[in-house]
Amino acid sequence: MNKKANVVIIGGGISGCSTAYNLAKKGVKDIVVVDKSYISSGATGRCGAGVRMQWGTEMNCKLAKQSIEFYENANEILEYNRDVEFKQGGYLLIASTDTEMEQFAKNVKLQNSLDIPSKILSLEEAKEIVPHLNTEGLTGAAYCPKDGFLNPFKTTDAFYQAAKRMGVEFLTHTEVLEIKTNGKKIEKVVTDQGDIITDTVVNAAGGHSKIICDMVGVDLPVYSERHQILVTEPVEPMQDPMVMSFSLNMYCQQTPEGTFIMGRGDDNEPRDLRTTSSWEFMDEMAKTVTSILPPLGELRVIRQWAGLYNMTPDKQPVYGRVKEIDKFFLSVGFSGHGFMFGPLTGIVISEMILGEEPSIDVSMLGIDRFEKGNLILEPSVV
Amino acid sequence: MSKEENTIVCRCSDVTLKELRDLIAEGYTDYNEIKRITRIGMGPCQGKTCTQIVLRELSQATGKPVSEIKNQNNRPPVVGVKLKLIAEEAKEDE
Ligand SMILES: Cc1cc2nc3c(=O)[nH]c(=O)nc-3n(C[C@H](O)[C@H](O)[C@H](O)COP(=O)(O)OP(=O)(O)OC[C@H]3O[C@@H](n4cnc5c(N)ncnc54)[C@H](O)[C@@H]3O)c2cc1C
Repeated sequence: MNKKANVVIIGGGISGCSTAYNLAKKGVKDIVVVDKSYISSGATGRCGAGVRMQWGTEMNCKLAKQSIEFYENANEILEYNRDVEFKQGGYLLIASTDTEMEQFAKNVKLQNSLDIPSKILSLEEAKEIVPHLNTEGLTGAAYCPKDGFLNPFKTTDAFYQAAKRMGVEFLTHTEVLEIKTNGKKIEKVVTDQGDIITDTVVNAAGGHSKIICDMVGVDLPVYSERHQILVTEPVEPMQDPMVMSFSLNMYCQQTPEGTFIMGRGDDNEPRDLRTTSSWEFMDEMAKTVTSILPPLGELRVIRQWAGLYNMTPDKQPVYGRVKEIDKFFLSVGFSGHGFMFGPLTGIVISEMILGEEPSIDVSMLGIDRFEKGNLILEPSVV
Repeated sequence: MSKEENTIVCRCSDVTLKELRDLIAEGYTDYNEIKRITRIGMGPCQGKTCTQIVLRELSQATGKPVSEIKNQNNRPPVVGVKLKLIAEEAKEDE
């Protein structure tokens, strides 16, 4: 294979597929998406796929709100022949200290100022929404009914199908090995299946984003770490919202099929590219979930797996150009919440590539923020 | 639709032979993609029944022998275990 492209997108996850779709919709021809495995094989196909507007920074609130509004109409907008299965059952965030409750109060105030319909709940009110919640040791909760959960494979498939219909070419099982440059200009992308001549590249390689940056000598201050997750057997619907705790480091959601999906972070996780499963995760997850949501103890675990979080120092994504190389665009560092930003990621990156007026100002998410030290830390992550 | 195509190939996730064949005809020829869109192999049996059927269909469609088609990853646990039991054992080990 030897070909030419106007834009090469590295990565066929939600970010790459949404960017391809938006570029094609704006009339760009000869777009090639390259993935070393299959579509959704990275973090996208392994994620919890929860989407929430309840964030602690203004930027994250805005990106999430607009993305969720897109997801509400995704089947129609993307003319999808299947269903992205959006269940808008809300997110119930639970606090276990007074300091955490104070943070929730601050967040809700910010969110409300941005028209996000979140609110603080007492423990009694929280129990009305999730009757099997064990409130012992909790101090309060926050709730937003607009938050929810989608099927991550089908959501990405919807973008992929729409992009393909507009002529985007997808090269799966094709690994990018090298990016050849001449001065500041990109000349071609070298893959294990041949070369693609292009001057424009989007790095949407998820957990492998740093490796792609290394190919063009861009020092990207991100690292990857494994996050684990499990699914239970299906049961009758009994829990509408995602239940999430930052201090206990866990989330748990019932899918429309009735299965429960739950995961947790581990502060001792090494920074590397492993996606294996561990017993420690299963033990800790089982202990945490049976104490917060006791009846779930009766459910059988049927599968566990893992994927990579691509972490930045301030837990906000990196969008945009780099100073070392022309027409090299970053769409990386989602820090465990890139699925829910997917629709906006495609919009902002495609606007940047075409030099259009941005529909949302994300200039503060550029890579130069790390050099300048302009970091606004997102406080609310698992 | 022929009677055969109504056959359920994945009992856990209720997927028919017709759905499987339609997806393959749409161009999904990777076991992992089919698994992710239909949930074939994701149910409590962990693909013990359906995997072979999917591989056979893929082999017929692509002309590749079954041995050359990439199967799904086997993921723990091998049989379903109650969360309660895992939690109790974990606490005893402490
Ligand atoms: C357990 C877990 C739970 C999560 N839960 C949530 C959640 O509830 N909500 C949420 O919003 N987010 C969640 N996330 C985060 C979310 O999954 C990611 O932020 C998001 O999917 C990133 O999408 P992406 O397209 O940028 O990257 P990815 O989906 O990782 O895609 C990158 C792609 O690049 C390809 N690639 C890499 N290197 C190369 C190369 N050299 N050549 C060719 N291709 C290459 C890979 O094969 C991969 O398919 C979770 C993540 C994990 C692991």
